[in-house]
Amino acid sequence: MVWANDIIQGILLGGLYALFAAGLSLVFGVMRLVNLAHGDFSIMAAYISLVIVGSLKVNPFYTLLLVMIVMAVFGYIIQRGLFNFAMDAGPMQAILATFGIAIIIQNLLLEHFTADSKGLDAGRIENAFIKLSNQVVIGWFPLITLLVSVLVLFGLQVYLSRTRMGRAFRATADNQRAAQLMGIDNRHLYGMAMAFALAIVAIGGVFIGIRTTFSPSAGPLRLIFAYEAVIIGGLGSLWGTLVGGVVLGIAQVMGDHAHQGWGMLVGHLVFLAILAFRPQGLFARQAQ
Amino acid sequence: MSLLELDNLSAGYGSFRALFDISFKIEEGEKHAVIGANGAGKSTLLHTICGLLRCEDDRVRFEGQPIGQMSPHKRVGLGISYVPEGRWVFPSLTVHENLLVGAHSKRRGIWTVDKVYELFPLLARLRQRQALSLSGGEQQALSIGRGLMANPRLLLLDEVSLGLAPVVVERIYDAMPAITTSGTTVLLVEQDVGQAMKFADRISCMLKGRIVLEGVPGELGQDEIVAAYFGV
Amino acid sequence: MTETPMKVERYTRTSRVGLPVAAVVIIAAATVPAWGSSVVTKQAVTFLTLVALAQMWNLLAGYAGLVSVGQQAFVGIGGYSLWVSSNKFGINPFVCVPIAGVVAALFAFPTAGLAFRLRGGYFAVGTWVIAEVYRLAVTQITWLKGGSGVSINVGGISRGTREAVTFWLALAVAVGSIALVYLLLRSRRGLALTAIRDDETGARGLGVNVTRSKLWVYVIAAFGTGVTGAVIYLNLLRIQPEAGFGLNWSALMIFAVVIGGLGTIEGPIIGAIIFFVLQQLLADYGTWYLILIGALAALVVVFAKRGIWGSIVRRRPIDLFPVRRRLCLETVCFPEDAPPPSSPTDLPPTLVKPAVVKPPGDGEVGPSEAAPGKLG
Repeated sequence: MVWANDIIQGILLGGLYALFAAGLSLVFGVMRLVNLAHGDFSIMAAYISLVIVGSLKVNPFYTLLLVMIVMAVFGYIIQRGLFNFAMDAGPMQAILATFGIAIIIQNLLLEHFTADSKGLDAGRIENAFIKLSNQVVIGWFPLITLLVSVLVLFGLQVYLSRTRMGRAFRATADNQRAAQLMGIDNRHLYGMAMAFALAIVAIGGVFIGIRTTFSPSAGPLRLIFAYEAVIIGGLGSLWGTLVGGVVLGIAQVMGDHAHQGWGMLVGHLVFLAILAFRPQGLFARQAQ
Repeated sequence: MSLLELDNLSAGYGSFRALFDISFKIEEGEKHAVIGANGAGKSTLLHTICGLLRCEDDRVRFEGQPIGQMSPHKRVGLGISYVPEGRWVFPSLTVHENLLVGAHSKRRGIWTVDKVYELFPLLARLRQRQALSLSGGEQQALSIGRGLMANPRLLLLDEVSLGLAPVVVERIYDAMPAITTSGTTVLLVEQDVGQAMKFADRISCMLKGRIVLEGVPGELGQDEIVAAYFGV
Repeated sequence: MTETPMKVERYTRTSRVGLPVAAVVIIAAATVPAWGSSVVTKQAVTFLTLVALAQMWNLLAGYAGLVSVGQQAFVGIGGYSLWVSSNKFGINPFVCVPIAGVVAALFAFPTAGLAFRLRGGYFAVGTWVIAEVYRLAVTQITWLKGGSGVSINVGGISRGTREAVTFWLALAVAVGSIALVYLLLRSRRGLALTAIRDDETGARGLGVNVTRSKLWVYVIAAFGTGVTGAVIYLNLLRIQPEAGFGLNWSALMIFAVVIGGLGTIEGPIIGAIIFFVLQQLLADYGTWYLILIGALAALVVVFAKRGIWGSIVRRRPIDLFPVRRRLCLETVCFPEDAPPPSSPTDLPPTLVKPAVVKPPGDGEVGPSEAAPGKLG
């Protein structure tokens, strides 16, 4: 059955989208900020990996930890240095500030690296696969991506529910003024949230850089996919985000199967349909 | 040196002024109640002490240290804990988690989760329940317990009786002695004058942003209080 | 006590001077094709269309509170409508320009139908997604010649004439967009808009149909953007989906308005001037002008959120375009020369210094108004 392969490929792709979506979801949950530069941050991570690979001649996988650290530090700094003040100024101002950063990053990357598409070469693993049947083939790399994604989401879930900082995140998401009254420094907390989000999106950026090519202007599309995954899955639910990513992945794969090049459009249409008929998403938690 | 001192404090929200030249002192270990009608400025007073409302640094002093400009989370570290009007429990967290968040500042003291459960046994029965699903009285107990988890030197209670049945209010006030015997200073804002009088060592009455009466409950006459409360 | 006669007036001292001056400027500008070279004329069109785009985005965000990052959809629709009506239907390309506006307005209805289900940041990205959908759709439709781009057919019209008429169209569009915003705001609907911007719930309570007002504004802005898009591509003569529906249009609009001053009519004009000047000055340095402007915009929006015009008038209020109503008793009017409309999140100045107040909690963002963001 050909569709079975589509579904499996879609699930694997969904794992990747979930990595992008998790960061976006975390930041929105904790600080009500929709970061329009989110996709561009993932591209930035891919380029950082590229630079390290270029100078150290290592497999991109080995750059992961360093890229995550760099992005996390960058995230903390930009949150405390700019976005916190933007949020003080107002929700509209916050969105616009992230938009400004998005454009700046896109064009800085363009100026430095040119518009050429680049890729991260991870060697043989990119093409290795498991053959389940004549129609169903599972690539090792997409499988690893899905596993990493599930691991990251699981880890995030555990962090949020079992640790002191994790509880602080959730408390701040519920009521940031009350959280301050508990001794939670929300400026620092927001910085940490952004750091986490960028570390996670760094993984996504490097993985997608391995899987396909990237260029300075590819950011916005990543943002859109992440955002669609969050909306489809439903706000406020991390596992919902995974499901949202999977639904989107499946829609895109099937779309491409039906008509070459229609994958993204079908994905968008599914998103719009959810928006039209079930705007709270598939798994929204209603806290009333 | 008083534990808390307000010195000619004027404050407000935007162009609306809520407090006029408030001067006020609380000694360590004192039980102080502030009464007054709606809109008198009682909550605003507590907001300037806990940091939700900032003012000139020197107008609010805690143990002599000016804290008017200090952010709320730092004041918790100093030992000021505010139990908000409206309770503000964290709805998506369980009762137990709410209490744990209360201890975020890691201040040492006698208050632990177990001690809070001892104080409010009803919370112990509800420990795994989401705070969202609690009744008003249960949320109030939780909010107070959470405030205690910061092991404060000064506990600020804002209208704990609001919206609660008298029986429930009684039970909450029954818990007060256990809080104050440990040496915690309590500044309490109340609309329920009876409870306030029973609880406090000293009482202040506010009207339209000013303190119009101050004294010891036993020494103040009924008529005096009514006059101050309603401004007649 | 005798009754003091009261009037509601609009004209301020500065605006009485402002309007005649503007008329002179416009008439002078109209002569550009006569003495300007082809390059100058084309650049002037670029500037004028930027002014128009900025006015339309400001109408959405500064007056209706709708922060859209998807207006490029209507630029693209405008450009492609021009091509379709000119190349496919043989209509005179200049006549196609208003037609493009109508087409864009028609597309605005279903777009709003979907996008309005979202709020705040989610609305912003939603409009962006929808713009992407339009782009992809156009790329896929073979009838529109897909991704390779098409040329506008202006056969038969001499280059000089074409450039001149395009310029006058651009001038008309720029002036028209300013006039449109000005007249809209002076109308009752405009009063409703400022009420909505300042306090949506309050406006609703007063009987303002908030959704309908926002829809009207969205459609009008789409019309204006569509017309401008058509003029832009009449000037460029070649359109392809990547460029026509590119995010850069949003960058242009947003940065110009933010730097100039959100929520004023004068602001976007100033912002457009600054943007254009920087663009020309740094033309040899690739996209560095965009990086610079982006940084400037990010800093302005955070630390000087009234923008340049807003900061100027903060001290000495000037109203070149009188849209506010003032109450006049005999010869004295209140407010005399009032400060510009405050941005949605502005708090009134504190009476008592230095009581500092943090604006209360979270603005509603996200599809469901009631759902607090939760984690886990």
